[in-house]
Amino acid sequence: MADLRVKFAGMTSLNPFWLASGPPTNTAGQVMRAFDAGWGGAVWKTIGEPIVNTSSRYGAIDFNGTKVMGFNNIELISDRPTEVNFREIYEVKKRYPQNLVIASLMVESKRETWHQMVRRAEDAGSDALELNFGCPHGMSERGMGSAVGQVPEYTEMITRWVKEVARVPVIVKLTPNVTSVAHIAKAAERGGADAVSLINTINSLMGVDLENFSPRPNVGGKSTHGGYCGPAVKPIALHLVSTVAKNSHVPISGIGGIGDWHDAAEHIVLGASTVQVCTAAMHYGFRIVEDMIDGLSQYMDDHGFGTIEDFRGRALGNVVDWGDLDLNYKIIAEIHSELCIGCQLCYVACEDGAHQSIEPYRDAQKKNANGFGVHLPRIVEEECVGCNLCALVCPVETCITMKQVDAGRSPMSWNDRMRQRAASCQPPMASGD
Amino acid sequence: MPLGHLAPKLSPDQFDRNFAEISPLMTERQAAIEAARCLYCFDAPCTKACPTHIDVPAFIKKISTRNLPGSAREILSANILGHSCGRVCPTEVLCEGACVMHEKGESPIEIGRLQRYAVEYVLANHIRLASAGPPNGKRVASIGAGPAGLACAAELAKCGYAVVVYDRNALPGGLNTYGIAAYKMRAAESVREAELVEQLGVQFYQGMEIGKDISFTELERQFDAIFIGVGLGETWELGIPGEELEGVWGAIELIERSKIAPLDIEMGRKVACIGAGNTAIDVVTAARRLGAETVYLIYRRGEPEMPAFAYEYELAKHDGVSFLWQTQPVRVLGKNGVVTGLECVRTQLASPDRRGRRSPVPVAGTEFQLDVDMVVRALGQRPTTDFLRAVEGLEINSDGTVKINDRHQTGNPKYFAGGDCTNGGKEVVDAVAEGMAAARGLDAWLGSSKGKR
Repeated sequence: MADLRVKFAGMTSLNPFWLASGPPTNTAGQVMRAFDAGWGGAVWKTIGEPIVNTSSRYGAIDFNGTKVMGFNNIELISDRPTEVNFREIYEVKKRYPQNLVIASLMVESKRETWHQMVRRAEDAGSDALELNFGCPHGMSERGMGSAVGQVPEYTEMITRWVKEVARVPVIVKLTPNVTSVAHIAKAAERGGADAVSLINTINSLMGVDLENFSPRPNVGGKSTHGGYCGPAVKPIALHLVSTVAKNSHVPISGIGGIGDWHDAAEHIVLGASTVQVCTAAMHYGFRIVEDMIDGLSQYMDDHGFGTIEDFRGRALGNVVDWGDLDLNYKIIAEIHSELCIGCQLCYVACEDGAHQSIEPYRDAQKKNANGFGVHLPRIVEEECVGCNLCALVCPVETCITMKQVDAGRSPMSWNDRMRQRAASCQPPMASGD
Repeated sequence: MPLGHLAPKLSPDQFDRNFAEISPLMTERQAAIEAARCLYCFDAPCTKACPTHIDVPAFIKKISTRNLPGSAREILSANILGHSCGRVCPTEVLCEGACVMHEKGESPIEIGRLQRYAVEYVLANHIRLASAGPPNGKRVASIGAGPAGLACAAELAKCGYAVVVYDRNALPGGLNTYGIAAYKMRAAESVREAELVEQLGVQFYQGMEIGKDISFTELERQFDAIFIGVGLGETWELGIPGEELEGVWGAIELIERSKIAPLDIEMGRKVACIGAGNTAIDVVTAARRLGAETVYLIYRRGEPEMPAFAYEYELAKHDGVSFLWQTQPVRVLGKNGVVTGLECVRTQLASPDRRGRRSPVPVAGTEFQLDVDMVVRALGQRPTTDFLRAVEGLEINSDGTVKINDRHQTGNPKYFAGGDCTNGGKEVVDAVAEGMAAARGLDAWLGSSKGKR
């Protein structure tokens, strides 16, 4: 049976599943219910000078009838007095000593203020601190959140201030709204961060009501840019988590688009030790963690992984520069006509959107149950470049697969090629030199 | 003379309940979910399967993007009767039968209901989508305001013809108004749809019979061309003794009454319907819903040979109809001029002939009598031969249908024809396709609006 316990910056978490700092971790009542449901830890809704929020605060994008493919918020940090938050953290820790409570902090960029906040958070019994250098909206206009996280020097400086007094682990939460997240992660490391978490939300505008031209989320006919998250952002998060994993030495708590154990496992195989979830819990409630735990355990058992550490970062080595990809690896598409339903989406996608390598049906060889002919497209193998588009648009699972063909050449990457060329272009060494 | 035993009359409320729409209008959410299921096939089989070739994926996509006027325009430009076709088409053997979802192991997209949803939106909001073309100075008459006549008239009006429709019934719409089970479509819905054609400037003269109220000569004098879309006539007789008795009905006549004056019908308690086509299903279901206690559907062949669509057969089974397969009526029994029963005989099916059809052969000694108050003939409709013979030069095929060339032109070049009177009786959507084809043929012949469409 898989052991889901995970060590993170000197702490032990019951499992890798934490609630990210956000609306689900706003109160003791929520956090305790989450722990009852099975969450290993919770990063408290960011504590700082209480703020005033707008209504509405959230926006969502639906796709083809599926709700909340992408989500955004313009909500600020906790609107409750700091002493209430700290008192509640104390209460929760007393009742749930095994679960991790991590205080997320954001205050004005003054050394003394940070020192004071850190001490209060530790006094309340927080297991760790997460520095919110990431929120892209609202707080950044006041010089906090991503205004800090976008400048390596500020990130390093404030992390150092915190580390001057902190006795518990310090996690720096990174914003994706930068040119190079690796630089910011390095700065946090230089400042002494014990870990990083990423990604915070991505700057976004959710849409516009075309009747009254009010952007979303609508605040009295106006709106502002907010933080984008939810299933749609997972690919961005995976890229940035893998980038930081390759370039940093501190543990990573992966965040972004995690709704089930698959998503979590992907973050883990790219280097994350723990993962944080917010949008999915906002959509479906804390109960989603049950299958996250169950599914991840099953996956680990199936693959013979005893602990998270057994497979953490497993895929990281396979994330390489484009120049290191094998240009002689060749696949082509194969349509399994017994599964083909005749929609011809592969044909039109290839014809209009890719490489004109699929022929439409000539004669319908296949009839459906009602006697109507089923169009069967055909791959023109000589033309197929193996781009994958047809397999991606095909609505039938495994109807179009990609098969490897022998290119007749040994593996060769662009970088190999450049190295060979450089070698052959070198001026001949004078013999006997 | 009243029938032997009458079923209790329905109250208006009972009628509304018994004839409630079997396929109600989708809600916005239902339509959105269903439209999102559509894969948006390329060169889609549903479009090919539709006799009017409505671009189904295109109109469904427009429902998805909430462009309902655009969706309706897509439908109505291919089929002006898209509303009734959405309701009454046998979609399971047309567009929905061809849907790729069958192969995917899912239920087909509900194309008919989505189509009706889109068109209903423009009808309910009185959105005008098409307009008459610039007048080309030519005049065309359509004899018949059924699906073929309406489709032909609309198409010609869009090309700039002045079109006048003559129809012998009080209301336009033909069988859509008078001959389709009320739970599929009420008469008022069909009339409302005819207004789409009227909006194109087409003039309607209802209650006019050509050859009686206006002579053919007069018609030919006034119009450059004439479209014949008169459909078929009375239901075929059974050809057995007793047919003249009170209580013997034709299928179309019964359905017509059930739509126009349902509460006045004197429905027998026990009813026998002869025939097993889709019209027979309309009859037996209407009879049950109008209060008949026992309804027999009598067919001389077996269940596998039944011409009605599977979906229709299910409707009749659901309504509790009794099916007498391999049974043939011998004579209608009566007393004092009123039906009291039906004598039948069992049949055996002979070996398949060259066309694969097995003819029924009565089995001597198997005669039996059914105690019924009403007998309904549902053997299909006869051609309107007498009417057609009155048109000079018109050629008539051996089956009574009007002979046409590939332009839908008849033996008299001034006359074009389409719909049931040329195809012998098919679906509404076929009549629409033929009416439109005739309009194009007629336009090509008159040659006045080339390249203007």
